[in-house]
Amino acid sequence: MTTSPPIPALVCDHCGQSCLDTRVEALDRLFCCHGCRTVFEILQDNGLTHYYRLEDRPGIRLDNAEEHASRFSYLDDETLQAQLLDFSNGVTATITLRLPQIHCASCVWLLENLRRLEPAVAHSEVDFLRRELAVTYQVDSLSLRRLVERLASIGYEPEITLDATTPKTGFTQDPLLRKIGIAGFCFGNAMLFSLPEYFADPGELNTSWQRLFSGLNLVLALPVLLYSSTDYLRGALRSLSQATTTIDVPIALGIVALFSRSLYEIVSGAGPGYMDSFTGLVFFLLLGKLFQRNSFSALSFERDYRSYFPLAVNVRDGHEEVSVPVSALEPGQRIIARHGELIPADCRLLSTHALLDFSYVTGESDPVEASRGDQVWAGGRVVSGAIELVVLRDVSQSYLTRLWNQDLFHGPATDDLSLLANRFSRWFTAAVVSIAVLTALYWLQADPTIAIHAATSVLIIACPCALALSTPFTTGAAMNLLARVGLYLREGSVVEKLAGISTIVFDKTGTLTSTHHSDVVFAGTDGDLTAAQKLGLAALLSNSVHPLSRKLLDQLPAATSPEVAEYLEAPGLGISGRIDKTSWCVGSRQWLIQNGVPLERIVAGTGSEQLHADDQDPTGATVHIAANSIHLGMYRLGHAYRGGLSQLMAQLRRRYQLMLLSGDNDRERQRLLPLMGDSTQMHFSQSPEQKLATVQRLEQSQSVMMVGDGLNDAGALRGSSVGIAVSEQIAAFSPACDGILDADAIHRLPAILHFARLCLGIVIASFILSLAYNIIGLSFAVRGNLSPLLSAVLMPLSSVSVIAFTAIATRGAARWTGLRP
Amino acid sequence: MSALYMLIGCSITVALIFLAAFLWALRSEQYRDTHTPAMRMLFEEESAHDNSHPRDSGEENNT
Repeated sequence: MTTSPPIPALVCDHCGQSCLDTRVEALDRLFCCHGCRTVFEILQDNGLTHYYRLEDRPGIRLDNAEEHASRFSYLDDETLQAQLLDFSNGVTATITLRLPQIHCASCVWLLENLRRLEPAVAHSEVDFLRRELAVTYQVDSLSLRRLVERLASIGYEPEITLDATTPKTGFTQDPLLRKIGIAGFCFGNAMLFSLPEYFADPGELNTSWQRLFSGLNLVLALPVLLYSSTDYLRGALRSLSQATTTIDVPIALGIVALFSRSLYEIVSGAGPGYMDSFTGLVFFLLLGKLFQRNSFSALSFERDYRSYFPLAVNVRDGHEEVSVPVSALEPGQRIIARHGELIPADCRLLSTHALLDFSYVTGESDPVEASRGDQVWAGGRVVSGAIELVVLRDVSQSYLTRLWNQDLFHGPATDDLSLLANRFSRWFTAAVVSIAVLTALYWLQADPTIAIHAATSVLIIACPCALALSTPFTTGAAMNLLARVGLYLREGSVVEKLAGISTIVFDKTGTLTSTHHSDVVFAGTDGDLTAAQKLGLAALLSNSVHPLSRKLLDQLPAATSPEVAEYLEAPGLGISGRIDKTSWCVGSRQWLIQNGVPLERIVAGTGSEQLHADDQDPTGATVHIAANSIHLGMYRLGHAYRGGLSQLMAQLRRRYQLMLLSGDNDRERQRLLPLMGDSTQMHFSQSPEQKLATVQRLEQSQSVMMVGDGLNDAGALRGSSVGIAVSEQIAAFSPACDGILDADAIHRLPAILHFARLCLGIVIASFILSLAYNIIGLSFAVRGNLSPLLSAVLMPLSSVSVIAFTAIATRGAARWTGLRP
Repeated sequence: MSALYMLIGCSITVALIFLAAFLWALRSEQYRDTHTPAMRMLFEEESAHDNSHPRDSGEENNT
């Protein structure tokens, strides 16, 4: 049976997944489950089969087809609705829903044709990159709950979490593009009006023309000063009030000197002023800002537990079951959590048995068993049937969420003084100001009429435009290159911080191990299972929904579904049943003993390590198998480590100190040791707060990069110099961090770090380049012959050459480190 | 030379119109999503290829 001929790919016509396990044939189509069939029928009945023509099998598999019918009943709550809706006037309402399932053009088409499915929908629009759907609908004929249920019925269940009620930071609130537009407009026109002055022979342009052009330039410069350049002026004021110097200070100095000198010249009629240079300066600076800014607006780098926790929970009120917003949950209330739902607060279990997945909280990927009276931490996801719990603490005071009450998460945004440009600007500002003062002093002796002229010229020409541009353009180009290999950074300054780290701290579960694959090892008492035994076992396991059964089933040949008789599932223990003449008993060690199976000594492990029959694993990651009361052996479900880890760690060890902080217990220590190396410190059973404390302690003496994935790493990600969240799905949830790393790209970390160090070198080289321009300009300025034309030429020339240099050098560095072919 | 006054006035007016157009585009959130419209333009061929189901015809769009 194991050598059955290759079967032609049988895939579901809806979702494209394999139909080998179960198969539903209907309407001349093949489906993997009834859920897919239902969705197909809905779409066909509504004339929406074009969905299947745009892309090949675009459907979304409904994993939890038998979901609780009233799980969206909380959406009937009016105060909650008011918080969720973008707009409502009593007749129509608009809501923006997050649909993580959106993945192709078919999705966009179907969701934008939602009105054919629900006539009360007036308009629906998809934002593909943000995975958002904006729906406008008629309130009187369609309720929000019905809308959400409708979306869920076709496979697009909206992700409505606790942070949906917090005000969103919209796109329109960001005025950078508008500032650039206005500065660009003024720059272009000011340059046009300055040209006659530059190209006319002396005396050719009469005074009235001169006055007109410089007057127009003054008018054009005003919006640039008062609107476009405000960020720099405010930034400089802020850092001066904190008695520090950021790059904003010399920039603001240049802006003020340029504008006031030009204003004086124009008003007094002494000259044409430098308004074209001034507007150009601000325009280029803002362009640099745009370039450096996070261009992955679809990714969120600011998420906390609120994006993960549900908005509402089912509370038992007498015999009734009502949906209550999580924020209104009080200790003492009884809640009901069903399969796949999340427990939002610390609770005590009232049901006899529950199976909970705590992978986001503790990092432990195997489900945890709990029995009546056990305390259950917030953040656990129910993977067994419905359970009943009593709330012990408020949501914000729970084990997991307490982490966010720390000051770390509420501190005001401050300028990072460790950044190279800010460190550099400290002595740069001092140098410029002293040169200006010395120039003024010299000319006061030699020729007092041009003292002010020469001193302001120094301030103008020394304005570190090219200097201020070199960092954003280098890091901006680096960010785009890194995004192509799978690392999405929050902002450009992260590249600089990456270059400076000395210690790398790894989380284990989800970071070094894969979330979707587990490593299954069988250890037999008398060799491996026979093919017939495997088939029998698969048939038995296919009756169970226990996650361990599911994982084992993935490893076994597809069951040909023989009858299973006397099937019995004991929660927390195991399953038993009879197939043909074999009675099977599968589960924990205790389950076998209860069924009177004498435990045999397990002879040898087939994996890399010896397994022990007396393995008392509390997490139940071992499954013992017995047939006809004979102990056949056991499966051990371990973590599957990502490929190429030992090579990765060996490369990183050469330059960095490594550390492992795992929320998991230390049973994997022996396996990790050869991977991580002897010099690596490994800490197990770490709570989220302990992880944060360890990282903060390290931060006092060195620069730490934390590589983690779950909410349990949120503190450490925040507390480290650079927090990188590893994600198998870039668009899926990841906690607040400085960068999101595609799990498939984790082996490229050494190259990424090398690239970041090269980028820092490029920034320094471009600093030197722009200093060279400054020295040329200064040599004119101190002599008092800086003409507007020279300024108008030198400033853009230095900026453009610095930008060109950084662009070429960054690409070269990417090629050198192998990040780019 | 006085024609220049008029030309300057014209050039500023034209430039202001473009600035206003840009600000309007920004205000109406046309820069918010630059990806989905590119996907949306592929959807036009629906009625031409879709003849397996009578209800798939173009008139449905009016409902």
